[in-house]
Amino acid sequence: MRVVENGMSQLSLAVDLAGLRLRNPTLNAAGVLGISSPLLRRVYEAGAGAVVTKSIGPRPRAGHPNPTVSAVECGLLNAMGLPNPGAGYFAEEIRKLKDVGVPVVASFFGESVEAFAETAMVLAEAGADALELNCSCPNVEEEMGMLGADPAGVERVTAAVKGAVDPPVFVKLTPNVADIAEVARAAEQGGADAVTAVNTLLALAVDADLRRPVLANVTGGLSGPALKPVALRCVWEVAEAVDIPVIGCGGVSGWRDAVEFLLCGASAVEVGTALMTKGLDVFRDIPEGIRGYMEEQGFGEVGEIVGLAHEG
Amino acid sequence: MRAEAVRARRLARVEREVDDVRTLYFGDMLCSLASPGQYVMVWAPGVDEVPMSLSTIGREGLSSVTVRSVGEATEALCGLEAGDEIGVRGPFGNGFSVQGTSPLVVAGGTGAASLAPLVEEMLGGGVEPTFVLGARSVDRLLFRERLGRLLGDRLVPATDDGSCGFRGLASECASTMLEERSFDIVYMCGPELMMASVFAEADGMGIPVQASLERHIKCAVGLCGSCGIGPYRVCADGPVFASDQLRTVRGELGRRRMGPSGRMVEVDH
Repeated sequence: MRVVENGMSQLSLAVDLAGLRLRNPTLNAAGVLGISSPLLRRVYEAGAGAVVTKSIGPRPRAGHPNPTVSAVECGLLNAMGLPNPGAGYFAEEIRKLKDVGVPVVASFFGESVEAFAETAMVLAEAGADALELNCSCPNVEEEMGMLGADPAGVERVTAAVKGAVDPPVFVKLTPNVADIAEVARAAEQGGADAVTAVNTLLALAVDADLRRPVLANVTGGLSGPALKPVALRCVWEVAEAVDIPVIGCGGVSGWRDAVEFLLCGASAVEVGTALMTKGLDVFRDIPEGIRGYMEEQGFGEVGEIVGLAHEG
Repeated sequence: MRAEAVRARRLARVEREVDDVRTLYFGDMLCSLASPGQYVMVWAPGVDEVPMSLSTIGREGLSSVTVRSVGEATEALCGLEAGDEIGVRGPFGNGFSVQGTSPLVVAGGTGAASLAPLVEEMLGGGVEPTFVLGARSVDRLLFRERLGRLLGDRLVPATDDGSCGFRGLASECASTMLEERSFDIVYMCGPELMMASVFAEADGMGIPVQASLERHIKCAVGLCGSCGIGPYRVCADGPVFASDQLRTVRGELGRRRMGPSGRMVEVDH
């Protein structure tokens, strides 16, 4: 612990994520309130270290019909279907966020390697501080396939995007694979500056009375507390496999969850489903909780915690 | 049982209101505990799921939603009969909060659905509201009998064609009432152009407003943002918004709304 002249301990929650400076290690998960600049500004003002946009594609998409969301045991199932207004339109929302100084991670996707690269260029041009490559949405597989399950494809698309843009590129990984470490290594090989682990877990809910699947898309992605142990295992395996930073995502509802992700090797965490029960206050409560933990345990910087459980 | 999970509910009764409007009654414990102005996500299995204000909150009996057939989902819901099943999530949102002693309530079209339970709560607390009920013509005045029984001559019908009560828009009728009488709060639900107009007038007079807004609701739990209006989520921060919030979103109210892809489209009614 560093000590300053007045004797008070100086503790910093700031983290450097592959060149992206965050005031604390929390972000909203992609798809959570990322559809407009006023909502993302509110996420930042609530306390998030940076904001992540909804996954933006080359063209506008309306997404799947309702029901798109239903609660299940210990979690939430969703199949939104990547609704987004298209990169050209959304560029203005990024500019508005940059005008007021909000650090922006632009999540994006495409239906081809070229479309990924072109979309990334539009969002980078608009001022995105970093890009999160979404090759792992479980809800558009029929249309686009699951690129994120193919290590060679992940390496190719990552390399194409890295060749097209300057800001750091994070690759968001799917848990719906046999060996997530292999896919993480492919992303690193392709030039990824960090990886996010993980996207939602492919799942299904059926109603016994109505005798049909609940979601219009039939299958959906599981998030929330039910996903947390899976996500922790993924972060653990990925952190052992690559040298680039890992962003943890999946069931972070409070500061203890966040600390667990840090201990497993995440440098920051993304928070999503917890907003349903805890509201936007999670972005104040989690950093405050991490600060309390660091004070109590004698840490001065978040980086000191990252990956500690691997040494145990 | 969690409010956020879909649950099947068998319709106990379906009542025909005016022309293409039906009220679907069902028993549901969580709905019986709801506040006036809260809504449920109603799923016509195999078709779509749409937000609907509770038009009856059955404290000890059936609750209901009141549906006008305007699209695929509402058409399917209006075609249902007693014994058919729907899916229900919720209730969601904040609902109205009863304030003041001399309220003006303004309903346009099916807006009366969310305001009828509010009136019942007000009367239960000894507050007697004046209620402007607007529609195109007399045969489309929703809940005219139900509200008339509760309010007597405090129910003020307004029809565009003058076939009943005030001749003109509900917003014009409300404007006259605000000028002629003294109210300490305005509640409303209905077409957004009506609400934007009444809000501007009431706000100019320093009278607080609570307005129930409508946007494209998908998740209903405050996560996806598809129902965003300015910095607010209609599904979770609303659907009822107070004057300071309405002032914040003045640039969008009655002007533009987020479409299904997140692009802004014009508000046309």
